[in-house]
Amino acid sequence: MKRFLLNRFAGALIVLLGVSIITFTLARLIPSNPAALYIGPRARPDDIERVSRQLGLDQPLPVQYLVYMRDMLTGDWGTSIGTKRPVLDEILNRLPSTLELIFAAMLIAIPVGIALGVLSARWRGRPPDIGVRLVSIVGVSLPAFFLALLLQVFFFRNLHLLPLAGRTSSDLRFTNPLESITGFNLIDSAITGNWVALGDTTYHLILPAIALAAYPLGLIARMTRSTMLETLDQDYIRTARAFGLRSALIDYRLALRNAILPVLTVIGLTFGYLLTGSFFVEIVFNWPGLGTFAVHSIVSVDYPAIMGIALLGAIGYVVINLIVDMVQAWLDPRVRLT
Amino acid sequence: MSIEFVPTQAMVASPPGFLRRLRRALRGDPLALAALIVLLGLLVMAVFGSRVAPYPAQGEGASDVAARMLPPSAAHLFGTDQLGRDILSRVIVGARGAVAVSLLVVGLAAGFGMPLGAIAGYRRGRTDAVIMRLTDLFLAFPPLLLAMAIVAALGPGLDHVAIALAISWWPWYARLARGTAASLRELPYVEAARSAGLPDRTILVRHIVPNSITPILVQATIDIGTVILAAGSLAFLGLGASPPAPDWGLMVSEGRTFILDQWWLATFPGLAIFVVVLAVNILGDLLRDLLDPRRR
Repeated sequence: MKRFLLNRFAGALIVLLGVSIITFTLARLIPSNPAALYIGPRARPDDIERVSRQLGLDQPLPVQYLVYMRDMLTGDWGTSIGTKRPVLDEILNRLPSTLELIFAAMLIAIPVGIALGVLSARWRGRPPDIGVRLVSIVGVSLPAFFLALLLQVFFFRNLHLLPLAGRTSSDLRFTNPLESITGFNLIDSAITGNWVALGDTTYHLILPAIALAAYPLGLIARMTRSTMLETLDQDYIRTARAFGLRSALIDYRLALRNAILPVLTVIGLTFGYLLTGSFFVEIVFNWPGLGTFAVHSIVSVDYPAIMGIALLGAIGYVVINLIVDMVQAWLDPRVRLT
Repeated sequence: MSIEFVPTQAMVASPPGFLRRLRRALRGDPLALAALIVLLGLLVMAVFGSRVAPYPAQGEGASDVAARMLPPSAAHLFGTDQLGRDILSRVIVGARGAVAVSLLVVGLAAGFGMPLGAIAGYRRGRTDAVIMRLTDLFLAFPPLLLAMAIVAALGPGLDHVAIALAISWWPWYARLARGTAASLRELPYVEAARSAGLPDRTILVRHIVPNSITPILVQATIDIGTVILAAGSLAFLGLGASPPAPDWGLMVSEGRTFILDQWWLATFPGLAIFVVVLAVNILGDLLRDLLDPRRR
């Protein structure tokens, strides 16, 4: 186990090193003149020269890369051109709001996806199976931004059931102001006993979370179905049936446990999707998170911000996959021994 | 996001038998048949463009201010937009861009990834390790994030979107081709070619690449839908085509402001993306089932 962990950690570090080279290349080599971008459209030649020197652009590339690495490691991710504030601060300030959305989506996608997958496998070829397959293929085919718009039209305009956009109601800060402790509204409102805010936050979270959950839900349901079908075909399941075990017990205790491993990999992969998917959902729902910031940065060519977000996304993705590997090794000895 | 699938002996071996099975499978599956018809319709729209549109000039961008924001009717089946343009015509004319981008992306990604993967799988050893670690780097970014960063660096535009998507997509093809090449390598006829003293390059070009084309083609077909979805998403953010181009993602983005009152502006182009991606995914499932003997 120790060797397995060391191997994986080393692998992840090497990948992250490579990733930093890619973001460095994108940030420094592709724009013809990064200094001009920093100053803006009305830059004078001597300004550009001064900023070039400040940014270290007159140094040889390998030196620039080492400086870049040092800055990244010490938490200096540059200054956002748009907000003129440190990129890392901007990112970390908005991260909780996006993570709250992502966790809410996962809370929908994982249990519902797995349940639907099991249901589908149990009733293979019958109406429940056909229904679930339809739901899951629609889930993976719907663009997140389009689903978000449809949800707005249906639940806000037609049914008047859920709020149109935002993370909280606009008058909440006057009636029941929310104290920010962790940045996660649900947690902050719960620990401060602010039940009005808790209800309001939940209310606002439902539609964006559904819009974001559709794709991973479809993916998880499909994966669960196919691994369940494979597992239910195995000899030990047939033996269990021959011994007269109840079929619910077989499905949930014996088969699902073995079918869940590949599903875990898919769940790890969907975290990556959720990060970029949240960009689109946040834009439509006017959600004050990393996604909105990312999209504004991309549209306004805010280099340091874009590369910071790309780097953070890659780090998060690599770490999640590392965790998935570890959970798999812990659940299945075969993984750590090979 | 692509889902990796493992090429099997069956798909490496016999394309003709595969076509026969495909035809039989289509006959028994009305949903897949409908999907095929949708895609044929898409092709017709892409090839003939404005010639099959009811209002050809408006499809390209000409406005008709007198007919602004008309709801769907017999004259304008999908309604008209904020500049009075017939949305159905714009959706039809927009098909070409969607098809072109996805073909370009898949072509570039497969064209770059496949040879690299074939070399990695055939050579093994250090070459293999280097190429596969390289794919790891590109796959370390969450899907679309790398593409977004690249488009941001290159500037918006349909061609830049295609390049960016191809750069973030090729590793999937490299991995797929590597798997196929590694299994082909062990087959007797490749071994025979090797023992007859044929140089590696000849074996790769004559035996490995031609025989690993089927799984690549299948993956490329499946990817067409994913790429249309990805390109539409980038266009929605304003990174793709610029107005007045009839780009589906851009049309959803432009119509978003009016979604509560003039819902048809964003809904029909959004539906176009959804229906095409759904059709490709349904056919993709069928192809995968056909190719994977365990699923039959």
